[in-house]
Amino acid sequence: MANYSVLLVAALGGLALPVLTLFLITPVIRASRENKVKLEPYECGIPATSLAFDHRFSVRYFLIAVLFIVFDVETIFLFPWAIRFKQLGWFGAVEMAVFLAILLIGYFYAWKRKVLSWV
Amino acid sequence: MNPWMLFFIWPVIKFLIAITIVLTIVAAMTWVERRTLGFMQARLGPNRVGPAGLFQIIADPIKLMLKEDILPASAEKVAYFLGPMIPLLPAFVVFCLIPYGPPPAFAVTRVNVGLLLIMALTSTAVYGIILGGWASNNKYSLMGGLRSAAQMVSYEVPFGLSVVGVLMLCGSFDLVKIVQYQERHVWNLLPQLVGAFIFFVSMNAESNRVPFDLPEAESELVAGYHTEYSGMKFAFFMLAEYASMLVNSCLMATLYLGGWTFSIAGYGLTTAALSKLGLLGGLIGAAIFFAKVMALMLVYVWFRATFPRFRFDQLMDLGWKWMIPLALGNIFVTGILVLAMPNLKIDAGIYPYGELLMAVVGAAIIALTLFLVTRGPRRPAAAARPTEPPKVIHASRVSEA
Repeated sequence: MANYSVLLVAALGGLALPVLTLFLITPVIRASRENKVKLEPYECGIPATSLAFDHRFSVRYFLIAVLFIVFDVETIFLFPWAIRFKQLGWFGAVEMAVFLAILLIGYFYAWKRKVLSWV
Repeated sequence: MNPWMLFFIWPVIKFLIAITIVLTIVAAMTWVERRTLGFMQARLGPNRVGPAGLFQIIADPIKLMLKEDILPASAEKVAYFLGPMIPLLPAFVVFCLIPYGPPPAFAVTRVNVGLLLIMALTSTAVYGIILGGWASNNKYSLMGGLRSAAQMVSYEVPFGLSVVGVLMLCGSFDLVKIVQYQERHVWNLLPQLVGAFIFFVSMNAESNRVPFDLPEAESELVAGYHTEYSGMKFAFFMLAEYASMLVNSCLMATLYLGGWTFSIAGYGLTTAALSKLGLLGGLIGAAIFFAKVMALMLVYVWFRATFPRFRFDQLMDLGWKWMIPLALGNIFVTGILVLAMPNLKIDAGIYPYGELLMAVVGAAIIALTLFLVTRGPRRPAAAARPTEPPKVIHASRVSEA
């Protein structure tokens, strides 16, 4: 438990530093001369034609997100296997080879279906 | 020891010491980076404030604290503040998990799932960038945020897979045990040459550094996700970037370069040898560790001075079509060699011939990969080439279309 209480303290510290600086210290000491033009979003220095929220951006990354989940779960499965790898020996190696082979079939299928082409 | 002391006073003291060291290195790194870049580009770099411009380290934060902090009228207020605040929290926690010297005195805390916890925490850094980029309500910021989302998520996979090889050799998530395995054998860099290579490329991509700095590509996106940020909020984004560089360098030094030890096959400055010297030994160990970390940090700077930026499709290609198959191949090769070589299977200090064989195999794989990557796609023969000009497709369409 003592090992983990340090992490709680660190998390509180990581929270306290930006909160104290942004909400207590800098508002008192920083310069503040706001005007309407300064508060506009930056766009080449001329008045902005539109805001980002006015547009609909097509996010083409959702397939990457799906693939990421598959591979990240695979990594999570690999971690405990890797820890006990030397004790498991050839049996464990073959088992994992079968598991990875199934995943690789899916990976190359996605590759062939042009999921991994970005232009 | 009374529980109040155990659970609160000691953790606070240890945390404060660790974080002071870390923030000092991060601040010093801004000066080191600018001086080194100046040196590499045949100019001086900052040299006015104090001897050799050293007080720039103090002058910069003071300036950033006093600067006007603009909150754009159209921004999404809550998320705009959360953006720069999120990435610091995991960074602070991770710094407590890394052993800077021989345990127990020089490790802030020791957790038996240390590596797993570190990888879980560092991957949350992307939230701050996406939130900040989206909340600014600026088209450039949004695109920078989207790019960083795709990039950091893509390189998370090879980052995780490259570590598996180290785990197979060392058999533990505990960073202290991983270092102690290396002092009995040899630096993991040798048997895990391919893994270290992938880890290094991925850690560059994870911390958004050149040549993977597309989220803040100034030639396309002004400043990317932090276009709308100024003053101290901008400083926190920069702090988070340097903190992530430092975390990754510390991890690389621990996993692949032997951490605080300097030994082969149990001879040299091992943990046992350092412990005999007491506090002095601990300080020597910490000095060795930080020497390795600073060397890796300088490689980051060297990259920034040397490499041009990737195009977005090249970046994604490298991550998905090269790094992932390479990382999986590395796991296969490591597995077969570890089971075939008797000295790798048992956990004792013998002459590391198995590791040397793995190093040769790894070097061959890397050489082959670099050859294939640099050769590029094969062009059709001159006669078969179409006469009309090739259709130009811009990489930026990926995020716009």
